[in-house]
Amino acid sequence: MQYQAVKTLEEAVERLSRAEGEHMPLAGGTDLLAQRRAGRIDPKGVVDLKRVPELAEIVLDDHGYRVGAAVSGAELGEHPTLGQDWPGVVEAAQLIGSTQIQGRASMGGNLCNASPAADSVPALIAAGALCSLVGPSGRRELPVEEIILSPGQTCLAPGELVAHFRLPRPGPRTGDAYLRLIPRTEMDIAVVGAGVALELDADGLCTACRVGLGAVAPTPLRLDEAEAILVGRRVEGPVLDELAAAASAAARPIDDMRATAEYRVRVVGVMAKRAAQIAATRAGG
Amino acid sequence: MSDEKKFRWVGTRPIRPDGVDKVTGRAQYGADFALPDMLWGRVLRSPHAHARILSIETGAAAALEGVHAVMTGQDLPDLFAEKAAAAGGHDDSNNLAHNVMARDKALYHGHAVAAVAATSREIAERALELIDVEYEVLPHVLDIHAALAPGAPLVHPDRVAQGIENSGPSNIAKRLQIGHGDPEEGFAEADEIIEREFSTRPVHQGYIEPHACLAQTTQDGRVTLWSSSQGHFMVRDYTAKLLDIDLSLVRVIPAEIGGGFGGKTTVYLEPIAVSLSRKSGRSVKMVMSREEVFRASGPTLGTRIKIKVGVTREGVLTAGEATLHYEGGAFGGSSVGAGCMTIFAPYAFPHVRSTGYDIMVNKPKGAAYRAPGAPMAAFALETVMDELAQRLEIDPVDFRLRNAAKEGTLASFGPRYRRIGCVETLEAVRDHPHYSAPLGPNQGRGVALGFWFNAGLQSSAGVNLNPDGTVTVLSGNPDIGGSRASLAIMTAEELGIEYEHVDVMVADTHAVGYTDVTGGSRVTFATGMAIIEAVRDVMGQLCQRAAAVWEVDAERVSWHEGEARLDGGFEPAPLGLAELAKNAGKTGGPISARAALTARGVGMGFGAHICDVEVDPETGRIDVIRYTAVQDAGRAIHPSYVEGQMQGGAVQGIGWALNEEYVFDDEGRVQNPGFLDYRIPVASDVPMIDTVIVEVPNPAHPYGVRGVGEVPIVPPIPAVVNAVHAATGIRFCDLPLSPARVLARLDEARSPGSA
Repeated sequence: MQYQAVKTLEEAVERLSRAEGEHMPLAGGTDLLAQRRAGRIDPKGVVDLKRVPELAEIVLDDHGYRVGAAVSGAELGEHPTLGQDWPGVVEAAQLIGSTQIQGRASMGGNLCNASPAADSVPALIAAGALCSLVGPSGRRELPVEEIILSPGQTCLAPGELVAHFRLPRPGPRTGDAYLRLIPRTEMDIAVVGAGVALELDADGLCTACRVGLGAVAPTPLRLDEAEAILVGRRVEGPVLDELAAAASAAARPIDDMRATAEYRVRVVGVMAKRAAQIAATRAGG
Repeated sequence: MSDEKKFRWVGTRPIRPDGVDKVTGRAQYGADFALPDMLWGRVLRSPHAHARILSIETGAAAALEGVHAVMTGQDLPDLFAEKAAAAGGHDDSNNLAHNVMARDKALYHGHAVAAVAATSREIAERALELIDVEYEVLPHVLDIHAALAPGAPLVHPDRVAQGIENSGPSNIAKRLQIGHGDPEEGFAEADEIIEREFSTRPVHQGYIEPHACLAQTTQDGRVTLWSSSQGHFMVRDYTAKLLDIDLSLVRVIPAEIGGGFGGKTTVYLEPIAVSLSRKSGRSVKMVMSREEVFRASGPTLGTRIKIKVGVTREGVLTAGEATLHYEGGAFGGSSVGAGCMTIFAPYAFPHVRSTGYDIMVNKPKGAAYRAPGAPMAAFALETVMDELAQRLEIDPVDFRLRNAAKEGTLASFGPRYRRIGCVETLEAVRDHPHYSAPLGPNQGRGVALGFWFNAGLQSSAGVNLNPDGTVTVLSGNPDIGGSRASLAIMTAEELGIEYEHVDVMVADTHAVGYTDVTGGSRVTFATGMAIIEAVRDVMGQLCQRAAAVWEVDAERVSWHEGEARLDGGFEPAPLGLAELAKNAGKTGGPISARAALTARGVGMGFGAHICDVEVDPETGRIDVIRYTAVQDAGRAIHPSYVEGQMQGGAVQGIGWALNEEYVFDDEGRVQNPGFLDYRIPVASDVPMIDTVIVEVPNPAHPYGVRGVGEVPIVPPIPAVVNAVHAATGIRFCDLPLSPARVLARLDEARSPGSA
């Protein structure tokens, strides 16, 4: 297998589009190498993106955060403000794998692997993150929830890659959280996951919210009903039960060896409710 | 051992002799060996759970560049067919031979059907794809119900059950029954009787190191094997037997072992590697992938146990009766016998009967797993004991104490117990602060008692005194749980020398006498006895040398604190070990001794565990929040490694109770052949496992040792399940208690219609 480490976006795009399908982009490699070892993929070569500055850095400016797609979970955790502003996003990314995996695994890789159970994706959907994509026909921006089309499939054009995620600098009374259910306590794949981001006003009433759900459909979902349920109300009691019911209603999971569909429907509501409680607490509610 | 001796080393915690190599990565495990001419061997495995092999076309594979040998079952001698036919089809050697590689039929998904040796692993794998096997797929049976159903497909149409007279072919490999008294009479005396049925799912031992070996053969028929196993003599004997080679021509060099738990007491790869090496004339290395370990190496399979226990109003057991069905996999050979023997063993039952059935199904051949057969049996009995205590409104530990086995109790498996520590272990549980600590909401506490026999078997040892006064000890047992340390401690204690001056080597099959496997919790007990015997021989020789120097009768010289003393005194100046060793050449030659024995007087082991859980009522997820393991070790030679065994066994049992299970699809394929979806606990899944070592010395051992390795996996399943009952009011009779199953039962209990 060929390995090439590129230093610029142009080089990466050129390389990936020239040998489309034969060369795969490599960030942390924690999915790619495992899949190759298992014989599920056999690329002719990999293009290592970690040395491209835009993919490897976290930048904070007046527009908010630009988080490089190849930044590792460990680096996300070490950033001085990202974890305070978007604790749910950072926690979700840091749930992936073990301590060793955290030194490699990235949110860009987690998204483009296109697993319905990807932990960072529901949190990014909840946070309203936008993806900056770069490809042969230039740059475009899409919401995270539009990237994954089906298990293992993204909307990326041939040669296109995710360069960075854009996250706003959150206001003062905002909070986010991500929770997943796994039978173990770590090093496992989400049976279900739920990310919630919300904003409260001075009276503790919700003014904005977004909810992302994982492992309950062929792709991670945005729960569109969440806004109607939460906005203008306190994040407590029956409101949370309504949110849980809406999350369960939106879920259309499958039975597999990790859980039954019935269990996933049930528990995704519990995760959404609990994540909303944590997010509200973080928002000062 | 009432006169408490003061020990210098026994009971201390020095660094293990093999520790530095293991933490620095220098220790050589099964896959770490290489030879210059080495080929890589890979195995082609059946994609069907049950299929007749019509033909195997290997020409294309053999023609691939880099391939040096291809083999199928036809290349292995068929030595045991007649013997098997005479025994209703059942013969252990025949089973082993057919498990190593299928002949006419593949009996489970993953069963080896052919193998290749090539210059690289990749080429070998490509060659496997070129082998064309024509199968006739047969209907399969995957569990006990299906195997026993009328008209069920037969795993072996020619086999008739052992232990059932005049029976026709069936999937029952064996029936056995043990017990004493008359259970009907006992149940008639009972005020309360509880009858329940329990089931467990197939689980794997979960050793981290995959099976691995390297085989070298020569033109004159010699075989050298480097292999990771629980017994290199076992590897030698099985490999030689299956390939019809003289034992003296096979030398097996033990690698370090990265976990076994019973699963490495048999062979899978070695006979194949030797065959490929003979065919190719090159040495052959084989290493299983994790997936192969799960699909084709020794799980302990599913069980169903029906149990009935009677008790008087005062809480005295009157009778116990159980019917146990254990899946043995494609060849039978489950641990149901041990299940029958252990199920009622911890208590004094006046009337008791256990009937066991060993069932053949199209799953991998089962292998031993730590206290084989006992954890499932304890799950059944100890859950019912908990329910009886609740019904009688007696504290569960008091209830067990009222009935606990003690010296003189007629054990349910036959003999009368000698001195055992069952009562002392339960008392330590009752008196432990954990047992009375407060609990929070959704939390519950469970206790359970467990028993395991432990094993004696055959051991050999060598002790060589070096000229500088250090001592080299040879053992024939791979060191799984810190036995080098415990054997060195006993040697230093006997000789009265520094622990650091003793080195213990796990010697190969040509260098030390025959030794049975590292299994049955036997090494510190049995091989320890052989070493003590050899060390005492060395001490006798040392006294003779000193007597010669002093020109006195040897009877006047005795060994104290590392030196020979005349009449126990200090005049003339005693002669120390180092001085006698240095001058050995001048006083009669090198000093060394050997001992070989079949160890008698094995100390029966008891352990009792306390488990606290918290159950999430909305998700069914269970957290083990506090855990204490109490066990009678007889005497803890190196307490850290006794504690390590207790903690490890507890964690394996917790995993078995909560999340571990093979998931088979309808075609009999394992869906979760890896540690991602076969969920052994990770470190953060369990709390610190507290340990309490009880010491009721085994009178048959010089230091009072009882085996400790297996007992601690027996109590955890019922301890967890009883704790979940205490937290939720629900009795679980089917494992594992994974979140979805628990939530379903919680919902059932909460639904308006439920009682």
